[in-house]
Amino acid sequence: MNPTLFRVLVVDLATGRARAEKLEGRSRAVGGSGLAALLFERFGHPDRPWHDPDQPFILAIGPLTGLFPLMSKTVSAYVSPYHGQYTESHAGGRSALALRFAGYDALVLTGRAPALSCVVVSERKIRVRPVPFMAGMDVLACGKLMRRMLPAGSGHRSILRIGPAGENGSAMACVNVDTYRHFGRLGGGAVLGRKNVKGIVITGEEPGQVAVTREYRKLFSHVYNLVTGTDMLRKYHNLGTPANLEHLNDLAALPWQNLQKTSDARISGVTGTCFADQTLLRNGACSGCPVGCIHIGFIRERFEEEHNRYLYHQVAYDYEPIFAAGTMLGLDNAFDVLRVLDAMERQGLDAMSAGVALAWATEAADRGLISDRETVIPLVFGDADGYVRAASLLGGAANDFYRLLGQGTLACAREYGGEEFACVLGQEMAGYATGEVFFAAQALGFRHSHLDTGAYSYDQKHDRRDLDDALLFLLKDEPGRCLLTSMVSCLFARSVYTPDLLGQCLSVTGFGEIADHLDSLGEAIRRHRWQLRFATGFRPEDIVLPKRFYRVSNWKGPVDADFLDRLKTEYGRRLTALVQADPEHFAENSHE
Amino acid sequence: MKILITPHMDRCIGCHSCSLACARLVHGLISWQHAGIRIQSSGGLSSGFIAQHCLACVDPACASVCPSGALTPRNGGGILFRQDRCLRCGDCLEACPVGAIVQDREGHVFVCIHCGQCVSFCPHGCLELRESAEAAREERP
Repeated sequence: MNPTLFRVLVVDLATGRARAEKLEGRSRAVGGSGLAALLFERFGHPDRPWHDPDQPFILAIGPLTGLFPLMSKTVSAYVSPYHGQYTESHAGGRSALALRFAGYDALVLTGRAPALSCVVVSERKIRVRPVPFMAGMDVLACGKLMRRMLPAGSGHRSILRIGPAGENGSAMACVNVDTYRHFGRLGGGAVLGRKNVKGIVITGEEPGQVAVTREYRKLFSHVYNLVTGTDMLRKYHNLGTPANLEHLNDLAALPWQNLQKTSDARISGVTGTCFADQTLLRNGACSGCPVGCIHIGFIRERFEEEHNRYLYHQVAYDYEPIFAAGTMLGLDNAFDVLRVLDAMERQGLDAMSAGVALAWATEAADRGLISDRETVIPLVFGDADGYVRAASLLGGAANDFYRLLGQGTLACAREYGGEEFACVLGQEMAGYATGEVFFAAQALGFRHSHLDTGAYSYDQKHDRRDLDDALLFLLKDEPGRCLLTSMVSCLFARSVYTPDLLGQCLSVTGFGEIADHLDSLGEAIRRHRWQLRFATGFRPEDIVLPKRFYRVSNWKGPVDADFLDRLKTEYGRRLTALVQADPEHFAENSHE
Repeated sequence: MKILITPHMDRCIGCHSCSLACARLVHGLISWQHAGIRIQSSGGLSSGFIAQHCLACVDPACASVCPSGALTPRNGGGILFRQDRCLRCGDCLEACPVGAIVQDREGHVFVCIHCGQCVSFCPHGCLELRESAEAAREERP
């Protein structure tokens, strides 16, 4: 890897032609989040809608990808069909190392393919292959067929694909990565769908261009021992993120039944231990990560009762999907949750968004705002069979109602009523009813993700409602995460990769200039991302918090409405000020 | 002599730490391909993983066809590799019945030398370095 230049593959889908570009800016953009912003600045169009064929779909990795443990994620960036603004979504799997060993820091897709196609990338080849026979094909069938069509590079190949939801333009459509990981949120699947891209296959088998020194080997072993030989990542290695289910339920901070409540005795059927004991088949890992946090469960289904014939599916699970497709829908059986997740997976739906949307639809139906005419089938909390069918209706955009619901819960509620109980914080909520700081943080977060900042953790550690302290935390926590997502590290490793260790990793691999400016780089990348977000139309004051969030009560008692409003307003002001701090740069990108 | 065996591949999570360790520590490279052990999925991630590596034949076909003496049989199974003698002809790749040997673009050969440096980097204990006589009694994939 070049310490100063990026190597970027730019594919014009309309012509099928591609070029490998050398791009300056490593010392300020670093990689990952920073590189994606740099590439959007170059290839993006802030003044055009998400579905404009000229808008880019970007995949970017970082300087440390494949060089150290857990440097295993890829950043995707695009204008989101959910809100029409610039965003990122991150995924593990094999794509990061495949891109690294294909010799690229980033892949940029521009234009629109003339027919449904699969983009095939390796170190010496690029093809845009028409795959019209894959139209409407579900995510898992699509993966099997792509493996058969492109057998080379097994084990060193990443297969990204979309399902019917992406082809239908759903703003909840994800991009499935290697079956068990996802660019999940904010509609990346619809961006590919609009570009007529059913899949992207990346194969990489060339060595990385970094000198393997004695110091590097020694530091690698040190980091490897930290992540495997200490307790730092134990929770991810053991039960995984589902361990949080019981904990948050105990705190009365786990959303149940469209956030009508935050705790339920039925948790006993869907705890992390329950999933591990009853459903866990095995673990998997992202390439380059020895932690193996991917938890894969199974479901078994008798499809011929009289002859005892069964089929089985493997379904990945984590805390967030279990919350969204489980407790939020009133499900209290681990296998039922996996059945709903499996149905969403096949459609290529983001499970978090789809689960929260169906929870709203269930309450809307219960209140009589919608009927079976809209939902086609009855939606009832706790009825897994109904949600399995509803996932297909939502992904397939079966009627006007489901098509609109796929554009976002609030978009649908504006048409049918029920905005006050739409659990939307910028996008469908993540599973933390921990309080005001998290609600404000997700609502105004760059990705509207629980990982933009550690707000859900802040809520759990601070009982006092201190506006200045909360603001200081939110504003100080983000740049460090931007640095990690520019390397590109898994954020589970944030306790491992301290600034000091990151600096050492960069120095021994030839990125000393980045190591010398870590503090300022994190801040600059954070600002750059927000500048692009504002340039594409973001206004903090446009974000509305539905009333449901003001009625939450958890271990700290009821939400303090005044504190929440003040925090949201002031956080929005600070973000606006952050962007305006560099007006010259902003002016270049703004369509205002 | 000890040889590398992979008795617990059913525990493999596909992290590629073994391949990366071999490339890094034995060959001085950052790679998951240019290594003596490489991990493949056996029909997608849902079907688990297989390790491609030298199975330590006592009378190795690769050594038999090597025209330059770069590959010679090793006591206890497998081969000794002398890179300075290698002509990069690729005959060994064709001779190996299990696809254990790979070449890079310049023709350099990568084959397991049973040094065992990968073993400690497997987080699930899939790999072991065993005395060859003892390993012969083990069930091997």
